[in-house]
Amino acid sequence: LGASLLLLQRDYRFERVRFWGCIQGVRGAYYIAEGLGPDRAAPRSRLYSLNCVEWSLLPPVTEEMVAQAEQLKGRFQGDPSFEYEYTEINAEDAERLFEDGKEPMIKEEARLVATIEQIDRAVGIVPRGAFVKTPLGSVHENRNFEGLSLMEAKKLSSYFHFTEPVNLKNKTLLEKADLDPSTDFLDSLEHDIPQGSWTVQPEKGGTVVVLRSLLWLGLTFYHVPMTKQYGYVYFGTGEKNFDLPFML
Amino acid sequence: ERGHGPYQPHEPGYGLYQPGYSSYDDQMPDPKSRMLAIQNAKAYLLKSSTTSGLNLYDHLANMLTKILDEQPTNAVDIIENISKDVKWAQFQKKMDTLRDEHEILPTFEAAEKCKALFLKANGEGDEELEEEIEETPLPNVMETAFYFEQAGIGLSKDESYHIFLALKKLISVQPIQTCRFWGKILGLEMNYIIAEVQYHEGEEEEETEEEEVIEEGRKGMGEVEEEDEDKEKEDQPPKSTYKPPPVIPKEENGTGANKYVYFVCNEPGKPWVKLPPVTPAQIVCARKIKKFFTGRLDAPVVSFPPFPGNEANYLRAQIARISAGTQISPIGFYQFAEEEGDEEEEGEEGGRDTYEENPDFQPLSVPEMVDSLSTWVHHVQSILEQGRCVWINPFQKSEEEEEEEDEEEEKAEEPDEVQQEIGPPLLTPLSADEGIQNIPAWTAQPSTNLIPQYAVAILQSNRWPGAYAFASGKKFDNIYFGWGHKYSPENHTPALPPPVQAEYPSGPDVTETSDPTLEEELAFKAAREEALASAEEEEDEEDVEDDEEEDDD
Repeated sequence: LGASLLLLQRDYRFERVRFWGCIQGVRGAYYIAEGLGPDRAAPRSRLYSLNCVEWSLLPPVTEEMVAQAEQLKGRFQGDPSFEYEYTEINAEDAERLFEDGKEPMIKEEARLVATIEQIDRAVGIVPRGAFVKTPLGSVHENRNFEGLSLMEAKKLSSYFHFTEPVNLKNKTLLEKADLDPSTDFLDSLEHDIPQGSWTVQPEKGGTVVVLRSLLWLGLTFYHVPMTKQYGYVYFGTGEKNFDLPFML
Repeated sequence: ERGHGPYQPHEPGYGLYQPGYSSYDDQMPDPKSRMLAIQNAKAYLLKSSTTSGLNLYDHLANMLTKILDEQPTNAVDIIENISKDVKWAQFQKKMDTLRDEHEILPTFEAAEKCKALFLKANGEGDEELEEEIEETPLPNVMETAFYFEQAGIGLSKDESYHIFLALKKLISVQPIQTCRFWGKILGLEMNYIIAEVQYHEGEEEEETEEEEVIEEGRKGMGEVEEEDEDKEKEDQPPKSTYKPPPVIPKEENGTGANKYVYFVCNEPGKPWVKLPPVTPAQIVCARKIKKFFTGRLDAPVVSFPPFPGNEANYLRAQIARISAGTQISPIGFYQFAEEEGDEEEEGEEGGRDTYEENPDFQPLSVPEMVDSLSTWVHHVQSILEQGRCVWINPFQKSEEEEEEEDEEEEKAEEPDEVQQEIGPPLLTPLSADEGIQNIPAWTAQPSTNLIPQYAVAILQSNRWPGAYAFASGKKFDNIYFGWGHKYSPENHTPALPPPVQAEYPSGPDVTETSDPTLEEELAFKAAREEALASAEEEEDEEDVEDDEEEDDD
């Protein structure tokens, strides 16, 4: 895996390549990597592989793909060219779709892309202060980021979603006064719905802090306090946990 | 030549008061411009930064002071760090020392616990080595971890080793015959590490005695209450005809779902806690709910239908379900004990429930293990709908209960005969496992395609995501890492509450009717009087005896 990721970086001229995780299908698993350009907030290019050696680029995601993929339930098959049929649409939807001339089939590749995007959007997190926003709007890693302290690392508010902020403007003026606009330009995890959809666990006496998402079971984020090390990875079946409200 | 003022060379304002020097035009331009330059530079240094309120002048002064105080070696190399530290120190108040101490605590505590693990291991190891080198019940956790690591499953080496030592500690404390690392279940606040254990025979009698005492106590109470009721029967409000479904007795320790005893701890180094044996009611209820574990064993499980017990019971029930569903072994490894004619007894016994290792086991090759699922078998009994492994007829009354029923005046209706439930017999191959929708129940893979000679066959369960099994030659094992829930592609729908029970059977005397209005009453009275008048006429025509009879009454 390490060797192939380096080769990827060279071939696609990414600034950084990350191993994103692994989605378990029934017959095989997909290994996903993503490459980042100079602006960290730009849409990322993602690649998948079945055997960690040969990587194929995934098409960029569209809203349509996401909408379609949300209707699919069940495991991934493990075969990228597998086509799903819509099993749960009403008669009306079927007619509508047929009128448009589209076929209600989705390829597994598209579902993969949409799922990865959903996961990243929903639960891709970074510690506070790790990224700074320049006045021009592009986002860079903060070289002076030394890591969160142990106390900060245990609080959910020290972590941000790495996506376009939704709730930022709703905060009261008091809170906004405390924020530092260069680092606090993202949504924090405190206000995730439902409450308690993250578990924070210090392991080994506090040398590592592990956050796990309960909404997408299998997303694990780790951070070593007082150092620059952090990251998240997804190992799972690629399905959203819709039963979360019942399980808390 | 300086001015008379007290201005020293390093203070601002030096060079401004130099009366009398303006006449020296040839000397002034250089010093004067230099003075100006110095003033400018100093003013620049004194300019406060807009973001942090510091100014460079003070900062440099502080830094130099610090360097001169501490005199670090190679100061020029670490000058940037010093600068940062000084800046940081500006904002830290005197609560520094407190904060530092507080932060050190959790890390140190954990380290101390781990150290305890290591110490004790060493202390006991010296003694035991001399006495016996028999088979210890301690499983070789590291070896298992190595095989699972081939498949990409498992914990880090550190954690595995800590678990290994913790298991060893457990064994030295409890009289244990066999022990196995069952797996790890994740929870919200803390995780659980679980060990599956079998006691030596004869070690568990204490607990069963306690439980029997409790049950007898309850029965005694029941009889006392019944006597009171007999006396007051006439005054009681209508008794409810609701009889709760009979409680299905739990299986004996050592058999069926309670075959193994489980110990849990939150982290290696913490003391092991024994989980209580599981009752069928708990298993049945656990099938209906889906809740995360918090990590605390005494946490209540709030759900509908209400779970009888706290988190320890829920955990035990889930462990029982997972074990029953996913503990597998290669075919032929276990075989049934010698038959003693038990096959003829059908009816209530579910089937054979003991097995032993097959000494003549010939391991199949890895590709064969991977290709077909029929080379694996379950070696744990599956749990029936009832919640037990061996079916029991709940309506068969024991002698004591029949006596009590004779005392009561009313007998409940005999419910219909309950069908006997039969589960798949022990040692059934996996190919009989039904999948969910169109997903097979297990996914088999060799651990690596590159080196087939040393590959390990790995099975992942799709019904209980997180359950894995490996086999390589004569070695095999099962393990579970996960959240502890079954896989279902559909969303979880909790059961609806049952309909509100009727308080009393509705009959003509209990149903409400509106009170008759005045006109209706008068009309009714008039009608009755007419009827009476016509009835009296009829009676007059009858025999006199009827009148006499009525008079006697």
